[in-house]
Amino acid sequence: MELVPLFFGITFISFTVIHLAPGGPLDALSALNPKVSAEAKEKLERLYGLDKPLLVQYGSWIIRLLKCDFGNSFVDGEKVTLKIAKAIPVTLSISFLSLLLILIFGVLIGVASAVHEDSPLDKILTFFTLAGFSVPTFWLSLLLMSFFGVSLGLLPVSGLYSLFHEEMSFWGKLLDVLKHLLMPLLVASITGLAGIARFMRSSMREVLKQNYIRTARAKGLSEKEVLYKHGLKNALLPMITLLGLSVPGLLGGSVIFESIFSIPGMGRLFFSSVFSRDYPVIMGVLVLGALLTLVGNFLADLAYCFVDPRIRYSSEESA
Amino acid sequence: MRAKKLLSWHFFQKILPLLLPAGVFFLSPLFSEDGLQASLRGDAFVTASIGEPSNLIPFLATDTASADISRLIFNGLLKYDKNLKLTGDLASSWEVRENGLKIIFHLRKDVLWQDGKPFTAEDVEFTFQKILDPTVPTPYSGDFEKVKSLRVMDLYTVEVIYKEPFSPGLASWGMGMIPKHILSKEDLRTSSFSRKPIGTGPYLLKLWKTGEKLELSANPKYFEHAPFIERYVYRIIPDQATTFLELQTENLDLVGLTPLQYKRQTDTSFFRQRYQKFEYPSLSYAYIGYNLNSPLFSDKNVRKAIGMAINKKEIIDVTLLGLGKVSTGPFLPGTWAYNEKVEESRYDPQRAKKLLSQAGWRDDDQNGILEKDGKKFSFTMITNQGNEARKMACEIIQKRLKDIGIEMKIQVLEWGVFLKEFIDKKRFDAALLAWQLSPDPDIYDIFHSSKTRPGEFNFVFYKNEEADRLLEEGRRLFPEAERARVYRRIHEILAEDEPYTFLYVPDALPIVHKRFKGIDPSPSGIGHNFIKWFVPADERKYKMRTA
Repeated sequence: MELVPLFFGITFISFTVIHLAPGGPLDALSALNPKVSAEAKEKLERLYGLDKPLLVQYGSWIIRLLKCDFGNSFVDGEKVTLKIAKAIPVTLSISFLSLLLILIFGVLIGVASAVHEDSPLDKILTFFTLAGFSVPTFWLSLLLMSFFGVSLGLLPVSGLYSLFHEEMSFWGKLLDVLKHLLMPLLVASITGLAGIARFMRSSMREVLKQNYIRTARAKGLSEKEVLYKHGLKNALLPMITLLGLSVPGLLGGSVIFESIFSIPGMGRLFFSSVFSRDYPVIMGVLVLGALLTLVGNFLADLAYCFVDPRIRYSSEESA
Repeated sequence: MRAKKLLSWHFFQKILPLLLPAGVFFLSPLFSEDGLQASLRGDAFVTASIGEPSNLIPFLATDTASADISRLIFNGLLKYDKNLKLTGDLASSWEVRENGLKIIFHLRKDVLWQDGKPFTAEDVEFTFQKILDPTVPTPYSGDFEKVKSLRVMDLYTVEVIYKEPFSPGLASWGMGMIPKHILSKEDLRTSSFSRKPIGTGPYLLKLWKTGEKLELSANPKYFEHAPFIERYVYRIIPDQATTFLELQTENLDLVGLTPLQYKRQTDTSFFRQRYQKFEYPSLSYAYIGYNLNSPLFSDKNVRKAIGMAINKKEIIDVTLLGLGKVSTGPFLPGTWAYNEKVEESRYDPQRAKKLLSQAGWRDDDQNGILEKDGKKFSFTMITNQGNEARKMACEIIQKRLKDIGIEMKIQVLEWGVFLKEFIDKKRFDAALLAWQLSPDPDIYDIFHSSKTRPGEFNFVFYKNEEADRLLEEGRRLFPEAERARVYRRIHEILAEDEPYTFLYVPDALPIVHKRFKGIDPSPSGIGHNFIKWFVPADERKYKMRTA
């Protein structure tokens, strides 16, 4: 129940902070344009309710929010919910696919590193995952685009669809999307691999030091069984929490990445709305983020109870 | 000669019946005007923009992307032709009467909305009412507030009466007209029309995928003639590097280049074979604006000295790689308002020093910086973030001013902060900025002494009685020759007073795929005859399904 005041706190602080940022939504359309008269600017301010005190603006925003009305964008008048609804599937599918890739390869790399701790293999894997983590996204993307897109001409440079995608057959469309997705997924996976791989490595290492692993070995199980049945299973448990915490991130998208590949996702929506000081859209995205974080935390708490029965939240404690 | 002509006509007449059965199918499309045009039609044109259009309703289209698309879908009553002169668009002619108090527009009678309904004077009245409607969030109502009344005389004639003569108002009728029969009951703030527009223009909007692209197709019933390029694709690519990579894969047909891309990156055999580059002055100029209320810059000799100490050619050569022209005033070089007699202030550091010493600035303590009444000559130049050329220009100016004993600091600020905290509050010494130029030379808002409130545009506090009078007069006069006299004088006064040091007019640098023919570079650029661009049948890249 403490989630409700928390939610209002988050929105109030966000609302204040974005209004404190210099400039306003009208600057983009009227700043330093002699064709825009001062009277016209005042008229616009009244129309958008920007002439009222901040608290009044926040109040009316909250009242509308309680009626599930996120308002319309100042920039193009489109409904905020519609804008977000258009961007979510794009971002969600890409981050879901890349998370899947990261998970598969991250776990493989992590396990291999842990099992062959301090071997040359471990060092090479560590080097490459960390290099992938450290390399700037934009640089790697441009390099890949220039190589696969321009020099080899194998893959499309940017976007999600070809120009006349609408006129393609079903299989043509599928192939088209796959080709377009390949590079973005590659970049997202390479740059995101390190976290999971390192986490997996240390978790697996811890597990392999446990007594029950020694017991398993002692009772003469094959190394394969020891590692995958007893080791991996237990080492994977902490990953569940890690995944739970990455839920809000799944929808966040990445600005740099989406801009370079011209993908119309959440990162770009948020970025452009911040730059045009499009308050309703900024608040819409932030509310969504806040909700997801709260829900994510809540789910993580539930998951702890589920996974580890020793953890109990009694009602007296939480009140 | 005559006989020969007759003969061949005779000959033709004779064999005509023979040709008829088979040839008529071949020949008729080639001979008739329509047929010739039909054979030119085809292919698609693909371009890209960093930003996404926000609203296609002409008077709500405030960003470049929206304006780009809105122009293809809507027409105004008037437009600028390729020589930047006003000409009829939806109006076939117009009359200026009673010294400009009354303007009568005669509309074309052959214009259809894209849904087939005829365009009439009712639509003009409706558009006018909507622009002035207090619930419609348009920033462009200013010019129309000066209209006293607008009357529909008959279906194709509109009479506009102004409160006082206002010649820049004529150009404001270039605003795109919107259809009354579709929008009379709609709320323009929430109407879906902003994303599904219906206009009178050469292209129809087919598809808009947010964050990705807009697709337009040729309007076969366009009143001039159907555009030859069948489809127009406007991709949204937010990253400049990506845009250039897409150009390198021939996925884009037109891109505006940066000077570096123009000179170096496109100087390859690939680009020479496949693309064509253009270069012409853009409609803008960069300048240094001095805060004339600051004690440092209230003396015009000081401002002139700074102007002389700066080598403008050097700034153009370094920041724009030579792709620009030295600017001498606030008008586009080569247009009628521009005074050719105003000379650029020559780079002359010695004279600059002399002027400064006459104004009382001397380096008495020999530390390399001038002083007056015990205060050293030190100021801060501000400019906005995100424009590398301007930042570099600041650095060059800094060096040149140091040469004559002036210490200049540079502050690069985020746009919002720059405007709100510094320009609007007049908390600056000098600013390096640029103005967009409109083809109409009216610069009342920028230099008239009444326009100095926060949010208004004379932020340097310029005041000159003669200039004020002329700026007022220029707006009342209609004949070009009379206005030219006024604006050329204003040009002289500004050069004499130097409230701004005019720096340069950068060039527009578009690159266009070579398969497009019929491009006619002219003072307004290359876009003016877009509907006449075509691709020869054997060079077409995209095969179109006929819609």
